Amino acid sequence: MGRAHRGPGRRGRRWRVALGAALVASPLVAACGSESGGTTVNVYYATEENFDKVVARCNDEAAGRYRIALNVLPRGADDQREQMVRRLAAGDDEMDVLGLDVTWVAEFAEAGWVAEWTGQDKADVERGTLQGPLDTARWKDKLYAAPKNTNVQLLWYRGDLVPKPPTTWSEMLDMAADLRSRDQPNTIAMTGAQYEGLVVEFNTLTAGAGGRIISEDGTRALVDDGAVKALQALRDLATSPSASASLSNAKENDVRLEFERGRAAFQLNWPFVYAAAQENPAVAKLIKWAPFPAIDASKVGTSTIGGYDLAVSAHSRHKPEAFEAVKCLRDAESQKYSAINSGVPPTIESVYDDPEMAEPYPMRDAILDQLKKAAVRPATPAYQNVSTLISTILSPPASIDPDKTAQRLRAELQDALDSKGVLP
Amino acid sequence: MSGKELSEGKKAERRLGLWLCAPAALVMLAVTAYPIVYSIWLSLQRYDLRFPAERQFVWFENYVTVLTNSYWWTAFGVTSLITAVSVAIELVLGMALALVMHRTLVMKGLVRTVALIPYGIVTVVAAFSWRYAWDENTGYLTDLFGATAPLTDRAAALGIITLAEVWKTVPFMALLLMAGLALVPDDLLRAASMDGATPWQRFTKVILPVMKPAILVALLFRTLDAFRIFDNIFVLTSGAQETGSVSMQTYNNLIRGLNLGIGSTMSVLIFIAVALLAFVFVKVFGAAAPGSDDGGKR
Repeated sequence: MGRAHRGPGRRGRRWRVALGAALVASPLVAACGSESGGTTVNVYYATEENFDKVVARCNDEAAGRYRIALNVLPRGADDQREQMVRRLAAGDDEMDVLGLDVTWVAEFAEAGWVAEWTGQDKADVERGTLQGPLDTARWKDKLYAAPKNTNVQLLWYRGDLVPKPPTTWSEMLDMAADLRSRDQPNTIAMTGAQYEGLVVEFNTLTAGAGGRIISEDGTRALVDDGAVKALQALRDLATSPSASASLSNAKENDVRLEFERGRAAFQLNWPFVYAAAQENPAVAKLIKWAPFPAIDASKVGTSTIGGYDLAVSAHSRHKPEAFEAVKCLRDAESQKYSAINSGVPPTIESVYDDPEMAEPYPMRDAILDQLKKAAVRPATPAYQNVSTLISTILSPPASIDPDKTAQRLRAELQDALDSKGVLP
Repeated sequence: MSGKELSEGKKAERRLGLWLCAPAALVMLAVTAYPIVYSIWLSLQRYDLRFPAERQFVWFENYVTVLTNSYWWTAFGVTSLITAVSVAIELVLGMALALVMHRTLVMKGLVRTVALIPYGIVTVVAAFSWRYAWDENTGYLTDLFGATAPLTDRAAALGIITLAEVWKTVPFMALLLMAGLALVPDDLLRAASMDGATPWQRFTKVILPVMKPAILVALLFRTLDAFRIFDNIFVLTSGAQETGSVSMQTYNNLIRGLNLGIGSTMSVLIFIAVALLAFVFVKVFGAAAPGSDDGGKR
């Protein structure tokens, strides 16, 4: 109809402009994907202060053979995992090195998303690395990642109020009650919100009572006597008058702030609180540390291991370069730099002996000591389900009924391990 | 079919009409029909991305798992509660706001713009400011009401989620209702007051009946929207203390848990629930589907 009369009017011009724009843009889009000349190793890692400097050093070492590009993942651990998992499940080959929280290794390995470490690379990673962190990088006796940094919780207490730190959980509660009777700050601050932090405490306490939540091979939910004792311990704290009012909503930073405001006598937390306390001279003077109190006096200093491992994506097109890059990013020099400048504890034992470590890490012996008897979190590809369920069932900690809660954990965790059932 | 009675010209016109519709229809098929069918297909399988080897077709097993699970029904109850309470409050407040915006004599434009601001703010941003306002350390609302960590208490948290929803969507409700108010002829209102009707009588006997189609459409839109509530809860409590909605739970199973089977089952169930709601509104209450242009008067 009108077709015949229509000349290259306004609409035609607009189309040509759009087409032109697309043509101009297309080489730019392509350029983002692959660098022409030279290999790029794409590293996806969580936000860590000064990690770009570690990357820069490794780029110098690579001397042009490859270039490491750092892609910073979101802050929240769940968000990091989601982003990587979505892309890996779709077979994205643009990711080469992945920063994995220690709890994700089993999942990524079982799904076939990360490449196994073998031969010389494997030997290089295993040499000098602490046993606890190394265990987090293994799945079914194979090595799937290289431990980059680790973490353990310690007991932090007010040196002016507590002359001698408690060794057992019940001793800590008694001390708090004693402080309370003398009208002194007596709160015991702990991560009790419904999230991974609560799972960490439960796992630590269970290990400190000599128990297990899940069988070693990750297939059966045990929740044995030790775990029941841990539930009782959590309940004891939550229902004691020395529990923080916001216990059921407290995450790491809330716990730190409560301690720094002078309300708490004890906090169970990661070593970052020491560096943070240095900015506040009044707190810095009073803060002291001790091994994590256990339920069983012989297990004092047993604590859950945190931290990050570096893995190579199974879909990567530059695997040899990626393995090499990982080895550089987590070698002793990189780890020392990160420990001093970003406050993350190393996984290589010799780094702790370095004289430069003494000032920022006065508690290094305590950390090292705890790393050697650390409790690894249950290894299972379904860890996300397990963690979600545990934190849901244990929240709020004051409502724990040890035997009943244990029974519920056993039933629902088994479903989670089989990836059946519904996540809350 | 009356196709034979049509002249050649009419037939050609109809064919052209169909051709012109085709691109839109194809796009709709690609972006709505395909994902829906694919979700249904996934919901009939055991399919967990972390255990790719165990993928298999299980018919309706996932539906049994979800529908017999207490977490699902808790979330369903929470979602229904938030939907019912927030939409009811929104209707009342939205109507009041619509009347104000309709009646206002001075600065009509300014009043309407100001009223719409909450709707213009990104939900996640608004939710964060609500969260900080109710935080026990930094929250000015917490201080004001002398509460301790209200977001950790289930009832209080649900109340805050509903409040955030209401605050956010009252303007939208008011906007839809104002369009309905414009339909009420002034003559009718003047005639009613001549006959001695009080303002309340004019409102209930004249305005509301004339506005009924607009109210039903507004309720339909808001109910379907409220049932899929996600962002406010995600930011405010992330579903802790049993405050999660069905959409939150779907996200947890599908995106966090990587369980495509169970997650898709939940998506399909939400789709069915929303479709049922729409059906009830259209068939039982007689809400006119937007676009069926008889003004909703049957």
